This record gives sequence, structure tokens and C-alpha cells, in this order.
Amino acid sequence: MTVVMREPAAGGRFGEFGGRYVPESLVPACLALEQAFRDAWADPAFRQELDGHRRTYAGRPTALTAARNLSAELGITLLLKREDLAHTGSHKINNVLGQALLARRMGKTRLIAETGAGQHGVATATAAALFGLRATVYMGARDIERQALNVFRMNLLGAEVIPVTSGSRTLKDATNEAMRAWVSAVEDTHFCLGSVAGPHPYPWMVREFQRVIGDEARGQVAAELSTGVPDVVVACVGGGSNAAGTFAGFADTGARLIGVEAAGGAAVSAGEPGVLHGSRSLVLQDRHGQVAEAHSIAAGLDYPGVGPEHAQLSGLGRARYVTVTDDEVLAAVRRLAEREGIICALESAHAVAWVLRAAGTAELPAGSTVLLTLSGRGDKDMSQLMEGLR
Amino acid sequence: MSTALSTALRADGRPLLVPYVTGGITADWTGFLRAYQEAGADAIEVGLPFSDPMLDGPTIQEASDRALARGATVESILADIAATPLRVPVIVMTYANIVLRIGVPALAAAGVRGLIVPDLPLEESAGLEAAAAAAGVDLVLLAAPSTPDDRLREIGARSRGFVYAISVMGTTGERAALAGSAAVLAARVKRATDLPVLIGFGVSTPAQAAEAGRAGDGVVIASALMRRVLDGATAGALGADVAALRTALDLGVSPGTPHAEVSGHRG
Repeated sequence: MTVVMREPAAGGRFGEFGGRYVPESLVPACLALEQAFRDAWADPAFRQELDGHRRTYAGRPTALTAARNLSAELGITLLLKREDLAHTGSHKINNVLGQALLARRMGKTRLIAETGAGQHGVATATAAALFGLRATVYMGARDIERQALNVFRMNLLGAEVIPVTSGSRTLKDATNEAMRAWVSAVEDTHFCLGSVAGPHPYPWMVREFQRVIGDEARGQVAAELSTGVPDVVVACVGGGSNAAGTFAGFADTGARLIGVEAAGGAAVSAGEPGVLHGSRSLVLQDRHGQVAEAHSIAAGLDYPGVGPEHAQLSGLGRARYVTVTDDEVLAAVRRLAEREGIICALESAHAVAWVLRAAGTAELPAGSTVLLTLSGRGDKDMSQLMEGLR
Repeated sequence: MSTALSTALRADGRPLLVPYVTGGITADWTGFLRAYQEAGADAIEVGLPFSDPMLDGPTIQEASDRALARGATVESILADIAATPLRVPVIVMTYANIVLRIGVPALAAAGVRGLIVPDLPLEESAGLEAAAAAAGVDLVLLAAPSTPDDRLREIGARSRGFVYAISVMGTTGERAALAGSAAVLAARVKRATDLPVLIGFGVSTPAQAAEAGRAGDGVVIASALMRRVLDGATAGALGADVAALRTALDLGVSPGTPHAEVSGHRG
């Protein structure tokens, strides 16, 4: 069996995927970032400082909650890794704390970031405030309408939010604009990319900063289950950072890994190999190579690409990628809220929706043990939920 | 290495002028190709529009969106190029996702002589370099102000046709003045290679073109022309713009040389 979820091959290759497809202007910055990350990640003092912020600021380790009511109804054992309880309300803080510390170590004074639902933007604004860095967040104009609350949060934290009006006016276009801005400001600015996408070293680095989810869960699950390891590990996938962090903790076990994509943004399930935002991966595109617009009720999953490591895991068969519809997602939000008293983010509800659908079928037979990463809380989605669940 | 494109580009010793047009921007867009040629272009850069042009500023973004919105495809643009007889070489500029999908042979079959892929740095370009060489298309590599000298030497060694010097740390787009980094980079690239060095990004006016022409071996002019096209300027009007750039470039190296003599020389 191919060893997966380790350091990528030279140049940031995950099998045939990954790489560093950036303008020459950005290559030196990517090389410098890779070197800085290697040095920092091997430096016990850096790890210790990051760990301290995770514990005393971000609220880690996050809880593992046995969803007892749903488990009883579904005939399975469902364990929830509660990233919704992390500071700022999602797993995004894990990555951002790491990158902000790294930026400071590199002498950068400003962070720029792209955001879809706004969770990564809020996390970036938060870390910038904490470490005394300036922050500029690029956000699609359409997402700004959908996620007004998070825009206000970013502003309150002192970040500048720049609306992106090009293309589909969502995460894809915000990412383009952030990369353009980075070219002009690379001297003093770190591009705090929010997912396991982008040019090398981002897919690897972000997965390493997020693997705290999987590493914590591995230990917590072992204490809950007599088998030590769950049968199935499931997480939602847009770019795929919470899934990558979760899977990293279980890649060397026999657990089945399931990534749940939005039906309208399913790059692994419906995409073709292509180059987008600095790496070769699976991309939703037309036959001419023009990138398609994704459509999902969850702004954080409204993305036509996916991290290159997910493309590799899918190709190797180590992880399987499935899709759920917006309607299934809304029903899942309601059911988790009513049965467990947890209102999760629309993104996270994709993973819940798959479990609700699969439980009792051959995909997830009765008696199965499941670890599900609940990547974020639903507060940001209230106005959409009021509309969708009316 | 002497190749077809660099031979064509070295026909005379004057600064090279490479104007740009986004393929498919209008129904009769090949009129711009003819107008550019007649106005004294040494080669013409044609952009194959991409949905996500990472290194382009607002003008080329808008031009790309408009071309795609009116139904232009890579195939239709290449067919248009193939159907337009030109004396000067056509160089295609497009992003990795497009070129890796269509392949270099399709470009060569349309008569394209050069290729520029702004999101394909040295580390990712080996495969395309081989494919381009096999198809007889020159893969032009780019250098940036941030490129260190050892990379410049490798870019110079592996580039074909010319080296594209990105004048400024930023995206394509008009600027009020030519960046100081342009002349610095052009001089560094010229020390690293014998290939012609063309300066692009933000070369907006005839005066800036003349300045860039003194620093390097020529210029690529894109956004300043495409802004005019987006505003509805005709091929004839764009031809006049390119002629003005031609004049400024030629005067830039030979102050006082009458325009008529230059025009006569162009034949």
C-alpha cells in the first residue's frame, strides 16, 4: 500500500497532483515560505509556542462528543469531533495560528487571505489582531451578501474586507484576487491561504497545521471505542482542510475515509485534472478548460477545485468522495439541532447528511462506529437557515 | 540557440514591438492582427482567454470575460488565427490549464510560433518545453524583479525566442510611469542571456515604450491597447495607436530620426 499523508515528493507532488503553478514573480516567495515552514516545523520552540496558543487561546483540545440520541436512532455509534467549539467557531483557527506565527517569524507585517463563508477570514483577522499584524481579506461580493455577519466580525477585529466583483463573485474569484494582491505586496505580506489548496508548500503546510484535529481525535476515539479506531472517518470537503487534518490522524489505520462534497461543488466526484490557483488537482471545468462556477448553499464549499492531496487519496482509493444536496444539508442541520442540541455550519452539515443517508445501508451498516468532524458552528448561517428551513 | 521566432525578431536592430490582443474579443477581432502588422508590429501576442487569469489586472480580466461571454473558445480563436495570413509571427499567451488541455500541436497547427504561459515557472515547464520544441513552437519564459540571478541564468538558458521581463511586481495593467524595476531587471536579464529581452506589464504610453525600448530589446503592450478595444475603438484606431508606439520606440534609440525614414525602412 502506498504510504499517504506524509511529506509530498519534491516540488510538492502528491502523486500526479500538486506542484507550484505560480507566476515567476511568486516563486521566490513560495520557496522562502517552504524553507521557513520546514525550519519552524522542526523547531521545538515553534511547536511549543503554537501549542500554547492552541490551548490557552483557541480552546484546544476540542471535545469529542458522543451523539447518543442520533446514534440510537441510526443504529450506529456516532462520535463528533467538535471543531465548532474552537475559538472563532471553526477549525480555520488551527491553520491561521500556525501561519500567523510563521509570518511573524519571517518578518512579515501583514496577512492577506481569501475567504468564502468568512470563517477563514474571521480566523485570519483574529490571529492578526492577536499578533499585531495588519489583515486584508478578499471576499466575493456574492458571499458578502450571504455572510454579512462574518463581514462585520472581520471589520470589528480590525481587518479590511475587500469585495471581489469579478467572475462568479465567490471563493474562486476571491482566491484569484488574493494571489494578485500577493504579487504586488510579497515583500512585507504573507498570503494566509485557508485551505489545503494553492501552490506548494500550502497543501502540505495547511494539512500539517490542521492535523491537530485528527491527532487529537485519534486519542479521544481510542478512549471511547473498544476497537480503538472507528470504522469510518467522515468530513466535509470544499478545498478540504478539515478533512485533510482529520484524515491525517487516521491515514495509517484501517478506517475508511469519506469526504463529503456539495453536489454543486464536487471537484473530486465530478472534476477533471487541471491547474487552478497554483496546483494541479481535480477541477470542475468545461471541455475547453474554462473553470466552472460551483453552486452550494454553503459558501465555504462553493469552490470548483479541491486540494491536490484529496485528488491523490481518491485516485489511490484510500479515501472515497461522495456528494449530498442542499436539501439534504438543510435537513441535516435541523436533525442535529433537534436531537443533539448542536447547530452546525452548513458546510459541516454535509458530513452529517451523508451519515443520515448512509446509516443502515451497505455503506454504513448497523453497528458501525463513525468519527465525524463537525468543522464549524452555524451561527453565521442563521439568515440562510431562516430562509431555507421556513 | 537560434530559433525561428528569435530569427524573425532579430530581423533588424531596432527595438521590438509586440502588441497584444485578447483572442475573440470581437466578432471581427482578426482585423486587429492585420492592423497591428501594418502599423509595424514585429510580432503579435494573442491571449487565449481563461476564466481565472491569476496574473492579469482588471483590463485583461474584463477582456477575457467579454471574449468568453460572447462565445469565443480556444478552438474558434485558433481557427481565426489559422485563417488570417500574417507576415509577423503570432505568439499565444495563455494559462497552464488551457495549454495543458489543448496541447502544443494544436497551436502549431494554427500557425502559432511562440507561447507564453505565466503560471508555469521553471519547476513545472520541462514537459511543455519538450512538447513545444517537438512542435516547433518557442516557449518563452518569464523573468520577474524578484527572480534571483541563478534562476535568471536558467531562464535564459531554457527560454526560446526571447525572455519576457515582467517590469514590475504586480499584475498586468496600465501604470502612470514605467517602474524603476523594469530597467534594472532588463539589464540583469541581458547579462544572463543572449536572447532578446522584451519588457512587459504596465508599458502604457509611447513615451514609456521608448523608455522600455532603451532598457531592453523591445516591449509588449497589452492593457493600454485592450482598454481602447474595450471602449469600442476600431482596428483602424488601434493601428494608429500601434504606429505611434512604433514611432516612439524607433525615435527612442535614434533621437532625431525622422519618422518618414523609419516608415520607409519598415517597407
